[in-house]
Amino acid sequence: MTSALGERSIEVDGLTRRFGTFTAVDRISFDVAQGEVFGFLGANGAGKTTAIRMLIGLLAPSAGSARVAGYDVATHAEMVKRNIGYMSQRFSLYEDLTVRENITLYGGIYGLSDIAIEKRTTELVDRLDLRDDIDARVKSIPLGWKQKLAFSVAVLHDPRVVFLDEPTGGVDPITRRQFWELIYTTAATGTTVFVTTHYMDEAEYCDRVSIMVDGRIVALGTPAELKEQYEARSIDDVFVRLARAGTAA
Amino acid sequence: MTARGAGAAIEAEGLSRHFGAVKALDDVSFDVRPGELFGFIGPDGAGKTTLFRILTTLQRPDAGSARVLGLDVVKDFWAIRTRVGYMPGRFSLYADLSVEENLRFFASVFGTTLEQGAKLIAPIYEQIAPFKDRRAGALSGGMKQKLALCCALVHTPELLLLDEPTTGVDAVSRREFWDLLEKLRASGLTIVASTPYMDEASRCERVALIQRGKILEIADPRRIGERFDRPLIAVRARERMRLLEALRAHPGAGSVFPFGDVVHYTDARPGGDARAIADAVRQDLAARGIADAEVEIVSPGIEDVFMALMQRRGAEAA
Amino acid sequence: MSTPATRPKRPPSTLGAFVTKEMHHILRDRQTLAILLLMPLVQVLLFGYALRTDIRDLRVAVVDPTPDVATLRLRSRLAATSRFRLLKVSTTTNVLPELFQRRTADVALVLPTSFAERMGRGDTAQVLLITDASDPNTGTTMQVYVRSVLADFERDFGGARPRAGAIFIAVASRMRFNPTLESANLFVPGLIALVLTLVSALMTAISLSREKELGTLEVLLVSPLRPWQIIVGKVVPYLVLGFAITCLVLTAARVVFSVPMRGSVTLLLAESVLFTIVSLSLGVLVAARTSSQRAAMLGALVGTMMPTALLSGMIFPITSMPGWLQPVTRVVPARWFIVIARGIMLKGIGLEYLWRETAVLAGMALLLLVAATRSFHAHLD
Repeated sequence: MTSALGERSIEVDGLTRRFGTFTAVDRISFDVAQGEVFGFLGANGAGKTTAIRMLIGLLAPSAGSARVAGYDVATHAEMVKRNIGYMSQRFSLYEDLTVRENITLYGGIYGLSDIAIEKRTTELVDRLDLRDDIDARVKSIPLGWKQKLAFSVAVLHDPRVVFLDEPTGGVDPITRRQFWELIYTTAATGTTVFVTTHYMDEAEYCDRVSIMVDGRIVALGTPAELKEQYEARSIDDVFVRLARAGTAA
Repeated sequence: MTARGAGAAIEAEGLSRHFGAVKALDDVSFDVRPGELFGFIGPDGAGKTTLFRILTTLQRPDAGSARVLGLDVVKDFWAIRTRVGYMPGRFSLYADLSVEENLRFFASVFGTTLEQGAKLIAPIYEQIAPFKDRRAGALSGGMKQKLALCCALVHTPELLLLDEPTTGVDAVSRREFWDLLEKLRASGLTIVASTPYMDEASRCERVALIQRGKILEIADPRRIGERFDRPLIAVRARERMRLLEALRAHPGAGSVFPFGDVVHYTDARPGGDARAIADAVRQDLAARGIADAEVEIVSPGIEDVFMALMQRRGAEAA
Repeated sequence: MSTPATRPKRPPSTLGAFVTKEMHHILRDRQTLAILLLMPLVQVLLFGYALRTDIRDLRVAVVDPTPDVATLRLRSRLAATSRFRLLKVSTTTNVLPELFQRRTADVALVLPTSFAERMGRGDTAQVLLITDASDPNTGTTMQVYVRSVLADFERDFGGARPRAGAIFIAVASRMRFNPTLESANLFVPGLIALVLTLVSALMTAISLSREKELGTLEVLLVSPLRPWQIIVGKVVPYLVLGFAITCLVLTAARVVFSVPMRGSVTLLLAESVLFTIVSLSLGVLVAARTSSQRAAMLGALVGTMMPTALLSGMIFPITSMPGWLQPVTRVVPARWFIVIARGIMLKGIGLEYLWRETAVLAGMALLLLVAATRSFHAHLD
């Protein structure tokens, strides 16, 4: 739960990014606690992607600061990268490698020993029920499994924070739910989950959500708090109301 | 209700298509009435794209037949091509051309002009007109979607085929896009669209639920709950993981799925009295130490139906 | 909208719109356009100045066991040629290994004994030519130079006809039209072939496969446009671009290196267009068979650029290729184009001599155009 653990794995203060005269991310500030599932919502073009790129150390902020997994993203980007996992909607796994080869590759990239990789591979394959497909090329397994596998690979090295960028796009409704149970299991072990989604029902599964409009965070709280604050029946309603107001302005 | 026959905008009978060992489409039959807004709902890999490519005559079926606007998709493909508007999945426009240049180009490809198509696209075009000199690559996701729609409509087609037009688009833009489709439908255009988002089903007059190349069900989304053969219980509690585990451990539990801020529960056996099931669940949860559980009887939505059908098929296959 | 039984007639603007759109793509991608325009100029300069295979200041050692009137005349002729510097004259071959190992000599010419006498009798004079072949290209070129001096000498010595072997004849015929052996003259036709291949085959393949990736090709296919119309719309702008670049290369070659243009410019440009059509069709074929831009690019590079550079006679003379490879070069369009371009530019000959090569190119163009249009189905599968 939110503040009980106390320790913060993401601290963002006045984070800003400008491209020329355009301000893509405008002074956003928030904290995420260790082990929290944090939903990062926003319309296309609201600045989500830019913000995530700064948080994972791929893009330098124009102003403000952010600490992820205990390291400053501007000055210690390499340490940040070592302590996080990242999974994007489509490009996480190598489709032309087998399941085992992908796991071994990522384990190697993050410096896991051969023994650890072997152990993790067995665990992961058992949990995902992929034993029969371990030597199959990733492109041949169904999308839902692929996404679950991509997630498991992203947390293979026990990162303090894992960033998931639209992890469930196009996935069938049952697998989508199984995916979220994986997220919960991972969060329960203390890994912070930072997730974006276009499925508004998934926003309800998060401990807290933020809604970004035109580069700024306009709402932040637990799903229940936000629904109460905006007198809405669902996060979908909250989102649509805020995003529409932003576009009109 | 229009009977199957000369009046249908699309009639498909036993369409099958495989790629190597993969059956992309497996004996698919349906019909679309003139003026209807018809949806194909299903996850990636369900066969939606193959189906659209067959309907637009880009690919040919291995078996079965389909008539689009009364024309055979294999024999009369040139005639079909002039009369349908098509937006492929993950379609992008020419990023280095301006909004207006893109439109004029697609108009000329179909042997018409932007001016001739103006009437049909006017309600959409007025939203993007302020940016008409902007390069398409610099538009926001929602605007790109609208421009792509204009390009598919500029030759005034009689049938509009949209393959996953809202994939990767945010919830607000998706709503606006469906608002536009409803406006177009009101003007008499027949529209067939596919989507992986179950919540978009309610915008269609009829939907076909599609999964692994097979149509699971075709129904009016407002009445699809009728296809659900057992009571549905929604449970709310603060600790969702514990709630999930407790419900799965409940004797006679069938499906237990999180749905937004609640969990949907059904018994394994069909039928049964809703109130009795709800009471049993409430008592059992209290016994398992979940004191704050709120239990209510709800009517099933399209996603409930889809998952139930998926599970039934999975069970049949096993 | 009226829906007559037959397809509505296309307004004439359809193809025009396609070409306009394609022109926009080309003109708006400033980086690519700049590379396409600058690259040929840079190549002209590189081949003209830096990469020239004609070599000056060759250090020659002569081994002359029995100096006589003939050998002295030959030596002085060598010394008088600006390309050569007579490094050392010795009566024995013993000095040679060291000269080569220290790289102080590039070429050694070993003359037979009683050279004048043998020549007078009309016997075969065995002349041994040794070159430092650590750079095979330079080695070949050096040999050619020395042989040309020998050939001149032989001709001037007059009277008796020494049967010095086929090399003399071969050299003489190879160099008649480029007596100064200016490499720029030989390279410019090859360069035009290379640049045209790049612009037409590679760029068409890339731009067509990009439409595949974008999904726009699906829409174009579903439109009433016929496959040939899509191909023509794609190909015409690159034809124009290729034509412009050919003019650019020719002008640059003329202005900077005074490369001759002894024949008809119009004929050369017409032949370039023919060659461009061949390359464009190849580009379309490559794009039709590949599913990504990357594969299309590699396919075009390996399938068209490499043969043009390596098997056309542009860099490596076809006559010096192994026997089995020589027939293979006959299917490389650039081989025929280079013969044509060299013929027009350097020899000043016209169609009366080049009709055979032109016919081959035209045949290839026809065949490939048909194949390209066929490969481009009205369906995706």
